[in-house]
Amino acid sequence: MSRPDDVSPSCPVPLSQYGHVLLAHGGGGRLMHDLIERVFLSAFRNPALDTGHDAAVVDAGGARIAFTTDSYVVHPLFFPGGSIGTLAVNGTVNDLAMAGARPVALSAGFIIEEGLSVEVLERVVASMRDAAREAGVPIVTGDTKVVDRGKGDGVFVNTAGVGLVEHGLRIAPASVRPGDAVILSGDVGRHGMAIMAVRENLAFESAIESDCAPVTAPVLDLVASGAEVHCLRDLTRGGLASALNEIAGGARAGITVEERLVPVREDVRGACEILGFDPMYVANEGRFVAFVPEADAARAVDVLRRHAVSASACVIGRVAAGPAGLVAVRTALGAARVLDMLSGEQLPRIC
Amino acid sequence: MKYVDEYRDPAAAERLLVAIRGLVTRPWTLMEVCGGQTHAILKYGIDELLPAGVTLLHGPGCPVCVTPLEKIDRAIALASRPDVIFCSFGDMLRVPGTDCDLLSVKASGGDVRIVYSPLDALRIATENPGKQVVFFAVGFETTAPGNAMAVYQARRAGVGNFSVLVSHVLVPPALEAVLDSPHCRVQGFLAAGHVCAVMGYAEYAPIAARYRVPIVVTGFEPLDILQGVYLCLKQLEEGRAEVENQYSRVVSEHGNRPAQALVSEVFRVVDRAWRGIGDIARSGLGLTEAFAQFDAERRFDLSQVGPRPEPAECIAGLVLQGVKKPPECEAFAGRCTPEHPLGATMVSPEGACAAYYRHRRLTARQGKTS
Repeated sequence: MSRPDDVSPSCPVPLSQYGHVLLAHGGGGRLMHDLIERVFLSAFRNPALDTGHDAAVVDAGGARIAFTTDSYVVHPLFFPGGSIGTLAVNGTVNDLAMAGARPVALSAGFIIEEGLSVEVLERVVASMRDAAREAGVPIVTGDTKVVDRGKGDGVFVNTAGVGLVEHGLRIAPASVRPGDAVILSGDVGRHGMAIMAVRENLAFESAIESDCAPVTAPVLDLVASGAEVHCLRDLTRGGLASALNEIAGGARAGITVEERLVPVREDVRGACEILGFDPMYVANEGRFVAFVPEADAARAVDVLRRHAVSASACVIGRVAAGPAGLVAVRTALGAARVLDMLSGEQLPRIC
Repeated sequence: MKYVDEYRDPAAAERLLVAIRGLVTRPWTLMEVCGGQTHAILKYGIDELLPAGVTLLHGPGCPVCVTPLEKIDRAIALASRPDVIFCSFGDMLRVPGTDCDLLSVKASGGDVRIVYSPLDALRIATENPGKQVVFFAVGFETTAPGNAMAVYQARRAGVGNFSVLVSHVLVPPALEAVLDSPHCRVQGFLAAGHVCAVMGYAEYAPIAARYRVPIVVTGFEPLDILQGVYLCLKQLEEGRAEVENQYSRVVSEHGNRPAQALVSEVFRVVDRAWRGIGDIARSGLGLTEAFAQFDAERRFDLSQVGPRPEPAECIAGLVLQGVKKPPECEAFAGRCTPEHPLGATMVSPEGACAAYYRHRRLTARQGKTS
């Protein structure tokens, strides 16, 4: 062999489109958005769906009803700060909250793998009962299916929820205006790193507990405060970065975030540093962003801080006139960079 | 956070930038060798803060990017076998092979697992005696000791169902390949700190002397990189070409000797093909005869997976050698994205194209990248 005496650029054949669904299609990033757009939205298209919100708002005999559903496939079933049951209740309650809706009722569907211990199932259900009680919403209907051993991962839970919209605001990405303040309800990255630590058996000095919690109370207070809420979005898979990208895309506006203003707990930062993850992309289960006019920002932050779940709410950025769909972050050193949507899953780096 | 915030302090960064601006009298072109440094430079926007005449080129130090197509294809062939559990570091899973990537193999039913340490793969082997467990041993000198340890322990414990698919590469021969290219624009190097933590930096002195090029062993935090740039530019302005160690809190001249001893017991230096660059003599590591029984390429018949021609769809080779920057590619951010990479440099966060795509797409489109 010899050294190349000239450059020989080379490259593999392009992977145009995946013929199979990959795990990354469920990761909350761009692949998932492509799949939803290509397979689901194109098939089901209608005005309520097209708003692209966490919960659809539909008219039902004069009442405005928020309606949403979500499925939960988390492994392990129990983790510091919660369980698949608390996730299933709070996730759906929070999706309703993102429409500014008061939750009225939930459904619960269970797909159970043959062989699951009844004691485990009872613990899951008890955690759902407690979470529903805390969120102030009854579980009024349900469904149970059992699949062959090996065809499930213990138990999968689906919840759907309906809520009542009692305000006249149009809470949606399209309502976001240049100059709006971006308010984050608390520190980011805890849920994702809590799951990661348990799943991968990573031992940190103290257990990172999930932030899983209902955010209905601070959101309803925010709406009642008279602040002109333009958009709300809970930060789940894909983290803060993906949520901001979704809204920037829907609003056809640009968003600028100050990196130093985004709260990340020390232990979460440390875990992310070790694994080469960016906390901006890590999942949360009790965090949201609110877009309000600059003039209402101080009042909004003040209202949110009265609730324990959003006690460290703060303004992290602004909406700019352009370029549309782009989220920029000002780094700690003062330079600007793009904060892109998560592409596929975050994969731990080699070194 | 302790040991992190100190190295990201904006005030200290500004002091270094002032010093750099006061130092520079003419344009200079430096290359950071390691993909981890490239990632940090773009994440923190360090290149944008440097004086206009100072250009940072991104080097070949991304293991995901330089692992040859043939090895990826062999990994895919192994991972597709029903009797194999294939273990890999996470970011190798999305690297495109000729027909697909390891994630697609997993989606089609292959048992592909992400591990954080090669010792995890060894544990999986002992827990699954009925399966063959293959670990994808890639990387530079940084990952070589861990991978060597896994093979060493496998032999000591007699784990017969464990093997490694080896595609290790070495930094110094790659630097010489870059310097030997007639297109070379590099005037100084920021050497990869973690590679030197293992190997030390004594082997860089002959390169600095022969090619009259300063080499500064540099860390990965923003202040490390700024200080490395400062030291490298100072040498250039003063007409020196020496090896300096910016990363002295981690790196010593002779490196980690027990780790080196283990690496040279398990591995030997071999010729290696680099994806996008080509064959480089004595630029890789392969298993020694004493450990050959753990070589997946000997254990399994992979003769049907030979070298494949790589169509010249993208300019990854030019990017890896610092001849071009990612936005200069026609396909960048259009036909080539992290979801649908044309080349490996668009895959890992350490790959230059992926780093530009994630952090610099806006200015890249406006043509203001250099």
